[in-house]
Amino acid sequence: MKLLNPIKISYKNLTAAKFRSFLTMLGIIIGVGSVILIMAIGQSAQELILDQVKGIGTNLIAVIPGASSDDNSPPPAAMGISITTFTYDDLEALRNPRNVPEIADGAGYVMGSDTASYKGTEKSISFTGTTASYIEVETAEIEKGRFFTKEEETNLSKVAVIGSKLATDFFGNDDPLGKTIKIKDQNFNVIGMFKARGSSSFGTSSQDDSVFVPVRTAQKILLGINYLSFARLKVKSPDLIPSAIANTKTTLRERHHIKDISKDDFSVRDQASALEAVTNITNILRYFLLAIGTVSLIVGGVGIMNVMLIAVNQRVREVGLRKAIGARNSEIITQFLIESATISSLGGIIGIIIGIFLAFIASVVVQALGYYWPLIISVPSIFVAFGVSVLIGILFGIYPARKASRISPMEALRYE
Amino acid sequence: MEKTIIAVENLCKTYENEGVKTQAVCGVSFEIKKGEFVSIMGPSGSGKSTLMQILGFLDRPTNGKYFFDGEDTEEFSEEKLAYIRNQKIGFVFQTFNLLPRTTVFENVELPLLYDHGETNKKKAKDKVEKALSSVFMGHRMNYLSSQLSGGEKQRVAIARALVNDPDIIFADEPTGNLDSKSGTQIMKILQELNNNGHTIILVTHETFTAQHAQRILYVKDGQVVADDIVKDRKIAQDGELLK
Repeated sequence: MKLLNPIKISYKNLTAAKFRSFLTMLGIIIGVGSVILIMAIGQSAQELILDQVKGIGTNLIAVIPGASSDDNSPPPAAMGISITTFTYDDLEALRNPRNVPEIADGAGYVMGSDTASYKGTEKSISFTGTTASYIEVETAEIEKGRFFTKEEETNLSKVAVIGSKLATDFFGNDDPLGKTIKIKDQNFNVIGMFKARGSSSFGTSSQDDSVFVPVRTAQKILLGINYLSFARLKVKSPDLIPSAIANTKTTLRERHHIKDISKDDFSVRDQASALEAVTNITNILRYFLLAIGTVSLIVGGVGIMNVMLIAVNQRVREVGLRKAIGARNSEIITQFLIESATISSLGGIIGIIIGIFLAFIASVVVQALGYYWPLIISVPSIFVAFGVSVLIGILFGIYPARKASRISPMEALRYE
Repeated sequence: MEKTIIAVENLCKTYENEGVKTQAVCGVSFEIKKGEFVSIMGPSGSGKSTLMQILGFLDRPTNGKYFFDGEDTEEFSEEKLAYIRNQKIGFVFQTFNLLPRTTVFENVELPLLYDHGETNKKKAKDKVEKALSSVFMGHRMNYLSSQLSGGEKQRVAIARALVNDPDIIFADEPTGNLDSKSGTQIMKILQELNNNGHTIILVTHETFTAQHAQRILYVKDGQVVADDIVKDRKIAQDGELLK
């Protein structure tokens, strides 16, 4: 039988009960729409994070205190647990070329947040205590003034280099150099201001929005600790990364007297494994949401089956007539299958449009918040979503269609 | 003498409902020749509908033989039955059974959709137009079925039965839901079709309607109790009212 006719028939039946058809499609619309939205948001989020990770540079390795069970799970520090075993002296040892010759430079970090004030203006800020080598390791650029020196780092100088955004917040258009800001009742002399950097570095708060002080000053005066949150080491060239990691581990094990490597109290990662960790997290999220979308699609399919069963019962006479004038069972099955596939694929198309629309809205909103958030609609995901919705229509249409095909042609003669 | 198109021998049909067997038709034997106009008459519950369902291949007998055009129908597959219903038989129902929200043209075209691609679009249009003009409905081709009067609906239904040029037209109480004027028109069309060589089997409980045929089979309690030639045959004419 020509396919055009059953499509025409189902179109007629669908338009005859528009609201019911819409309700039938709703499950599919929600399912497909959410799958499309999830895929788009997942991909955009991944893109955002990848962009930030790449912003740090690919020849950096990170030393993070605390062991992690495997290389791709987040370190304990990411869960808010402080590990105190990694110290300033460890960093100094790693920077020593006799221990790790592949390393060009390294920077240590401690983080904190507090209130900073300038002439009565109070602002909650995050501060970073770091080493003088920060400027080299992170390839940060100074707009005005200078970064602090190794001397200032070691003798607990109360000097600060501030981000461009924070400078505007505190001083407006005034020159920030030479001004004094107060953090935890300690006066810090502003000696420099960063060039605006834009997107934030992964794992640290945005440089534009932060105050940078010498690491020892932050440890002793602001935080009262003597360990580092983490360190970043700049490797001379990317192909030296594996041996740099190996030497770093050896050095730290020696210093921490660790003989059994499974008892490491630190982990060393390069960007590749950081990327992998991020990808793993977003993938888990994506699969979870995809599962929700799938459940919604199945519910939609059951809805279609329900409505098709009602339709079969309502159209017993019509089916009887069709059989009485020569329709074969297979032709009745085809008609009903096409009808349910039409409902579900129409729902699929509407769902795809709604999903894309919502993903677009999300991207507009997130971009308005100042993040790098490209709108990515993958073409395969559209085809898959459409294919799945057609498939669901057919799958859940089989039972009602078979039921319809078993209607006797004698039903055409029944008079109510 | 015309050749025999339907021959039944000892035909029986027993329905079984929740273990209770009901004999609807039993031990029926007769022949119908090509070109005949036969009425099957009987009160309701007599088994005339069951008989027509079996003759029209909507149902199968439980016992006995049914030869259609010389072939024993017992061995016919479902596929073959569908083919016969499509090509050899046309049905006219008491309640017209037109599809709603569908034009006159599409209703008449319906059997052509199930003829396994034998009719192309151009040929289909010709066939539909020819069938509609033979029931004087050519001018209503693009009307929706719901816009027609009862008599017009039945004429469209006859056109649908005719469109594949079948050997036999079964009409099940075709005037039952019509006023007498429209009923007369329908009987006139059926008689004209018969004059043009179509075999017609009419099922009715009204004597006057039955007398438009050449021959009447009287069915009672599942058996043919009489098989008479109509002596004073009624010829339907426009303006004459069907009682």
